[in-house]
Amino acid sequence: MHVPDGFIDAPVSVALGVVAAGGVAVGLRGARRELDERTAPLAGLVSAFIFAVQMLNFPVASGTSGHLLGGTLAAILVGPYTGVLCMSVVLLMQAVFFADGGLSALGVNITVMGITTAAVGYGLFKLLAAVLPKTRRSLGAASFVAALVSVPVCAAVFTLVYAIGGTTDVPLSKVAGAMIGVHVLIGIGEALITAATVSSVLAVRPDLVYGARGLVRPLELRTGGAAGAAGVPGQAAAPSSAAQV
Amino acid sequence: MAKVRTRTLLIAGALLALVLAGVVSFYASQSPDGLEKVAADKGIDAKVEDHALADAPLADYSVKGVDNERFSGGLAGVLGVGATLLVGTGVFWVVKRRGGEGAQPAADGS
Repeated sequence: MHVPDGFIDAPVSVALGVVAAGGVAVGLRGARRELDERTAPLAGLVSAFIFAVQMLNFPVASGTSGHLLGGTLAAILVGPYTGVLCMSVVLLMQAVFFADGGLSALGVNITVMGITTAAVGYGLFKLLAAVLPKTRRSLGAASFVAALVSVPVCAAVFTLVYAIGGTTDVPLSKVAGAMIGVHVLIGIGEALITAATVSSVLAVRPDLVYGARGLVRPLELRTGGAAGAAGVPGQAAAPSSAAQV
Repeated sequence: MAKVRTRTLLIAGALLALVLAGVVSFYASQSPDGLEKVAADKGIDAKVEDHALADAPLADYSVKGVDNERFSGGLAGVLGVGATLLVGTGVFWVVKRRGGEGAQPAADGS
């Protein structure tokens, strides 16, 4: 999904550069409230993990592949503001060191792939988490749906950017249909990876999942004194799904 | 399941990222991604430009001068994970420190 140089004209690239810079500034401000001693190193790891998984293109249709974007995943794990920063770090590294995503298109890419997915994904996740039962399973399901939707929305935003500043003159209906269609398929991969990762962290350290704060009970409550509780299997096994809040 | 220490989780996550980028990435699909495919099919890419840093040592996720494709891509992935981890951790460490000083986030202007 990385937009190379030459797809979007200079004025719109500059304008989205300004939008991206604004988004990063807002992210830096908001991230101060999201980051603490425990989550700051986690945020660095989330960046590196997204970089790694973005290398893993999976086939989606005839001669087409897709890869994780990661904005939804980052936002759920470390918070939406920090998530935008994670995505910006990844996209910057890719553009500067790996020639992936044009330098002039960096603002386009941060806006479309970073800010859009983090905002849409996190918003939808919180919305679903609010209406679903407060269990780990439903949080996994919420992350699945949020990630799935974030990818075609990202494709739609790219189409909008192309409509305003595209360097070529392709009918928009053709672009929108093709872009959104293929990115629904890619969104399924995004959803699987996001839900698997969020569920894994929820299983071992729910307290580290920013989007689940206040929704799931910390594990300490049921494993506190694990050695002592081992003799009471019924008690230890009972609350395997998370608590009501 | 016993509680996993934060440090253990971080190390496991970093190792997983290194394995994915260093080893598994070799088996990733080589097909164009969604945007590349649509761009080529519909003609969006008629005016595409070469990347300004296309000759960079790690361009296109391979290390210049390393001929073995598997090793070259894997090494580029490992270097990318390491560099992203360093830059990301650095950025977030600085942001966290600046946030920590205020203690009351609402107190700082605007």
